[in-house]
Amino acid sequence: MIETLEIVNQGGAPIARRAHIGVVASGNCELLIEPTSEPFATVRIRTSVRGYEDAWRAVVARFFERHPIAARIEIDDFGATPAVVALRLEQAIEDAT
Amino acid sequence: MISESASADRWTQRRTRKAARLARAARYIRDGRFAAVDAVALLEAILEPGDRVCVEGNNQKQADFLSRSLARVDAQKIHDLHLLISVLGRPEHIDLFERGIAKRVDFSFSGPQSLRLAQLVADRKVQIGAIHTYLELFARYFVDLTPQIALVTADAADSAGNLYTGANTEETPTIVEATAFRDGIVIAQVNELRDDLPRVDIPGSWIDLVVLADRPYAIEPLFTRDPEQIDDVQVLMAMLVIRGVYEKHQIARLNHGIGFDTAAIELLLPTYGESLGLRGKICTHWALNPHPTLIPAIERGWVESVHCFGGELGMERYVAARSDIFFTGRDGSLRSNRAIAQTAGMYANDCFVGSTLQIDRDANSSTATLGRIAGFGGAPNLGSDPHGRRHPSPTWLEMASGDAEIRRGRKVVVQLVETFRESGVPTFVERLDAIDLARAANLDLPPVMIYGEDVTHVVTEEGIAYLYKAENVDDRRAALAAIAGVTPVGMLRDAERTAALRRSGVVAYPEDLGVRRTAASRSLLAARTMRDLVEWSVGLYEPPARYRSW
Repeated sequence: MIETLEIVNQGGAPIARRAHIGVVASGNCELLIEPTSEPFATVRIRTSVRGYEDAWRAVVARFFERHPIAARIEIDDFGATPAVVALRLEQAIEDAT
Repeated sequence: MISESASADRWTQRRTRKAARLARAARYIRDGRFAAVDAVALLEAILEPGDRVCVEGNNQKQADFLSRSLARVDAQKIHDLHLLISVLGRPEHIDLFERGIAKRVDFSFSGPQSLRLAQLVADRKVQIGAIHTYLELFARYFVDLTPQIALVTADAADSAGNLYTGANTEETPTIVEATAFRDGIVIAQVNELRDDLPRVDIPGSWIDLVVLADRPYAIEPLFTRDPEQIDDVQVLMAMLVIRGVYEKHQIARLNHGIGFDTAAIELLLPTYGESLGLRGKICTHWALNPHPTLIPAIERGWVESVHCFGGELGMERYVAARSDIFFTGRDGSLRSNRAIAQTAGMYANDCFVGSTLQIDRDANSSTATLGRIAGFGGAPNLGSDPHGRRHPSPTWLEMASGDAEIRRGRKVVVQLVETFRESGVPTFVERLDAIDLARAANLDLPPVMIYGEDVTHVVTEEGIAYLYKAENVDDRRAALAAIAGVTPVGMLRDAERTAALRRSGVVAYPEDLGVRRTAASRSLLAARTMRDLVEWSVGLYEPPARYRSW
């Protein structure tokens, strides 16, 4: 059963380009980041692992603390740990800015 | 006046009792040997209820023919044994208690049987004397837990009972020494009988009985990590350790645990470590099992010496061909010794890097979880600051503390963990499960692996907490929270306080150490597959079949 989680973060600078990071593999995640015309960021997470909404929200909030951007981010999760998710987000922002 | 002979008897009763035991089994013994088919009957003849029996269950090799035989003795005749065993790892070790053959156990580690052991405790079928570290269990063999009977294993024996233990000597000499010189009976199972032993590891005069086992002793490749399974996060953590611990403290003499993160460290030395110009400056002298993932660093000239606790399946030819690096016998093969390697790791190493399942706010760590009694192994010795150490080294002096006139050095003790384990379970917790486990299992003390006071550094994917630099308990806790990610402990992180701790060097994030998170990639690993390791070893490393995909 796939669960979808959406997080919106207000304000932020636009990113330069689209980037695609990560792999489709157990314990990993795939991440797409795209520029948006909106003045805020949206993160849409699809995961088969239930019950970790708080951890996801905390990881994403910490990412936006470090990088206040406006972008559209989509994550397909295959049971990644918060460590893997945080690393993928950092890799994506480096490629996209 | 007491006659001389009566007086002699009074002081040699142990020897007399030993002779009586052997006499009871005389019909099975010929020239110091007995047949495998007579093993159960021989044990029934020699053993007595309540005996202290040391079964060689090492971390690696297992005297499994003898332990399987022991589990088949008649429990009406032989019962209430006190089992001494460093690793309670095989199913028949547990069967001994379920069948009532043994009642009490003193041990170090029970990894694979931790669940069944907890069940035995709940069913009141076992009394745990204590859970030890390897060194303290070995020490007690020479004080108050000397075995009456030792069941050990070797690769081969000759007709004089001399034993050859090959690459896996491990703790056989220690067990035999404690038993043989206190009039206990030493029984050795061997894979092979031959009169041209490659070398003598244990003299025949210390061995009472030899049996050719039904099959070679059981052994698992416990220290092989397939580089294919190392992920980018583990590479990031390895970079942080190399930069923020090994380089910073000039760590030359060390031991680290066996995990994918420590395997990543080994595989980054010839690449990332080389780019930092650290060859010859760090990681030169090791107390370590022959890790296959250390091969590239050895081949690139990073390593000067490795002393081993035990052997590793598949590494025999490689080790023999690198005798400048490893401790080897005249025959060329590895000589390992657990008691000595543990002592070396404790007293001659400047650094230990280990992993754990849980860390509390004060950096106490534990691998105990509810329903499992896993034990300690060697980590509490390797990962302690030994108060008996007196010799200096650059690292030890750099870590020194105290007032100007009386100062003492300090060992670097690192806990290397991801903030969450694979199952989404946080590593950082408010309260260790060990506390409730101690209550449930009637242990006198919670089984803490490494006490927080000994831990100098905690490294996660978020950064490093230099706990030894913290000036008070509050700063220690704040430093730990700063690298605990989004775990309940990490959510207590305070932004301003973290910034202050980063300025004073108590906390370092990757950017503070010049480590780019985005550079952390598997492509940095010197070997990315098992096949790469074989190539690095110029074909000398022979991985067990399960690790071969070609």
